[in-house]
Amino acid sequence: MAATAAPATMFEKIWRTHVVVDRPDGYTLLYVDRHLIHDGSYFAFQRLKGRGLKLRRPDLSFGTPDHYMPTDTRRKEDIANPDSKRMVTGLAINGAETGVTVFDIGDRRNGIVHVVGPEQGITQPGITLVCGDSHTSTHGAMGCLAFGIGQSEVMHVMATQCVWQKKPKTMRVDIDGALGFGVTGKDVILAIIAKIGAAGGTGHVLEYAGSGIRALSMEGRLTICNMSIEAGGRAGMIAPDDATYEYLAGKPYAPKGADWDTAMARWKALPTDSGATFDTEITLSGPSIAPMVTFGTSPEDAVPVTDAVPDPSTAADAVKREGLAQALRYMGVKPGTPITDIRIDRVFIGSCTNSRIEDLRAAAAVAKGRKAVVPSWIVPGSGIIKEQAEAEGLDKIFKDAGFEWRETGCSMCLGTNGEIGRPEERIASTSNRNFVGRQGKGVRTHLVSPAMAAAAAVTGHFADVRKLMA
Amino acid sequence: MTQENVPARLPFTSVSAVAAPISQANVDTDQIIPGRFLSLPRQTMVPHLFRDQRYNDNGTPKPEFVLNRPEYAKAGILVAGRNFACGSSREMAVTVLVDNGFRAFIAPSFGDIFFSNCFQNGVLPIVLPEARVNDLLRFLLELPGAEIAVDLPSQTVKGPDGKTDHFTIDPFRKDCLLRGIDEIAMTFGYEADIKAFESKSITARV
Ligand code: SF4
Repeated sequence: MAATAAPATMFEKIWRTHVVVDRPDGYTLLYVDRHLIHDGSYFAFQRLKGRGLKLRRPDLSFGTPDHYMPTDTRRKEDIANPDSKRMVTGLAINGAETGVTVFDIGDRRNGIVHVVGPEQGITQPGITLVCGDSHTSTHGAMGCLAFGIGQSEVMHVMATQCVWQKKPKTMRVDIDGALGFGVTGKDVILAIIAKIGAAGGTGHVLEYAGSGIRALSMEGRLTICNMSIEAGGRAGMIAPDDATYEYLAGKPYAPKGADWDTAMARWKALPTDSGATFDTEITLSGPSIAPMVTFGTSPEDAVPVTDAVPDPSTAADAVKREGLAQALRYMGVKPGTPITDIRIDRVFIGSCTNSRIEDLRAAAAVAKGRKAVVPSWIVPGSGIIKEQAEAEGLDKIFKDAGFEWRETGCSMCLGTNGEIGRPEERIASTSNRNFVGRQGKGVRTHLVSPAMAAAAAVTGHFADVRKLMA
Repeated sequence: MTQENVPARLPFTSVSAVAAPISQANVDTDQIIPGRFLSLPRQTMVPHLFRDQRYNDNGTPKPEFVLNRPEYAKAGILVAGRNFACGSSREMAVTVLVDNGFRAFIAPSFGDIFFSNCFQNGVLPIVLPEARVNDLLRFLLELPGAEIAVDLPSQTVKGPDGKTDHFTIDPFRKDCLLRGIDEIAMTFGYEADIKAFESKSITARV
């Protein structure tokens, strides 16, 4: 880039190096460097084949079945639902037919698609990456432009390796100051969504910045970017730094040797230039963020664990009032109830939001020497994470504390594999969506961090993990 | 080209139809089509639209749910609260609505992915100011079975109160809808550009 070029955001730099066609009507044909595929993409392969089209770049496409595979078995024959079985088995078959690399069930590299991409080094700074799943925003934590697409667009990417996009706006979210003890990336993103609302980032790519972000590990950053979509954002991203390079170095698909050095030179030029402007900027104070718990049916319904369930009558307008009242009825919680008085029936620790090694370590630190008083599941994000956790003895800590140690997959995040809760069951969950019926019909989901979920598991109600660990 | 399991794309010009009101904000795609139905073939997914709002546990319809009321049996337009169809990227949220006869959606705002998925399926999402959407919702609740007329060439929506609103739409999207063409066909027209890009890109290789 010429020295005289105007200061640019990281988003802008990645965007403009991927433009294939700019139409005068504002539509851009953007090149896709990596396409991640999961078992839910079954119908896209069918439709592609049905139209007699070829997959353009199988070398840039990677698949892993995650959504439909039960997590109490690794045998595809055990999948009871024939439709699910077809989708799980279909991926490896479609992969073999089209030349797409698939990390199949039983392969230690298999796992949740948004865990596998960074873990394999497929996700790299400066690239564009898409996947037919809204939480593709996760990958932006590596300093790339990653976003979810619909099934028709999946087929479009398969056929053309491109995607039509309108240039989004940009928003910078500054986290000023390091987080306090017991506060994690999950609490940061819930605090952001509570502040800007579930539609607060609509039409924007969110760049998370500031000293609070710099101090976070890759795991924490991936969690934050993961839930950008829950703030309405098109994508989330974080500038690459030493933490990123350290994480990436040596990963199977990361560049090696001289390639690494040239890549590094490119990566170092990626961060937003000083003086670049964003369409919107917001700031949160890092030290003032507390462990968060959602009480309603939108991720924006989040409050610090030290607070109480808000009173709908204090809402700004009639629509909000009615919405909140309805959410509280569904959740079976009364206004004014202290969050720590809410008793739970079950705990789920897993999902592409919070199933990485650091998440499991945080949960294990709380579980250690205590006993789960409700059924509690641990579902690692990949086979590799499961192995590592076992090597560190975390599985033993969990089992001793009465937690169930399971195989990898999306599991109770959305229950398409049949793992769902019962009506009115109240679940402390580390996933990303507390929507009505997300974890099963009538199920009441409260979103929390892994440490907070473990604290709920061993006390039977929400508890301030900072006190428990003091 | 051989057939696929998807209805042929029809050009979209205008639609006048009964409009169903869903006044709630933040209706997410999990509500439109719950996750447990996502592995069903498209044809068998049709009756599960809004499944958990629409039916009791024993499968009997809940009479109070808007789409269960006889006035809305032929509804072709949906008017909804802000941030309609947010959440999961599942395209089935669009296709199950399309297969239930809906061709246009009106709301103050939409989930991004749902919004673009609509165009992939030849149907039209329309953003109108929140105050106007609230007016429409009120009219529709007072006059169940009232119709709304959407006209794409002139980019207008005529409400049951006779008032007409203009809406904006990208020329690209409008063009695809009016001609009933598919994005893939459009993109193949740029093959030379794609090839040229690939030959110089550093990141488009593993
Ligand atoms: S864990 Fe949940 S959010 Fe993540 S990819 Fe799987 S289903 Fe989607």
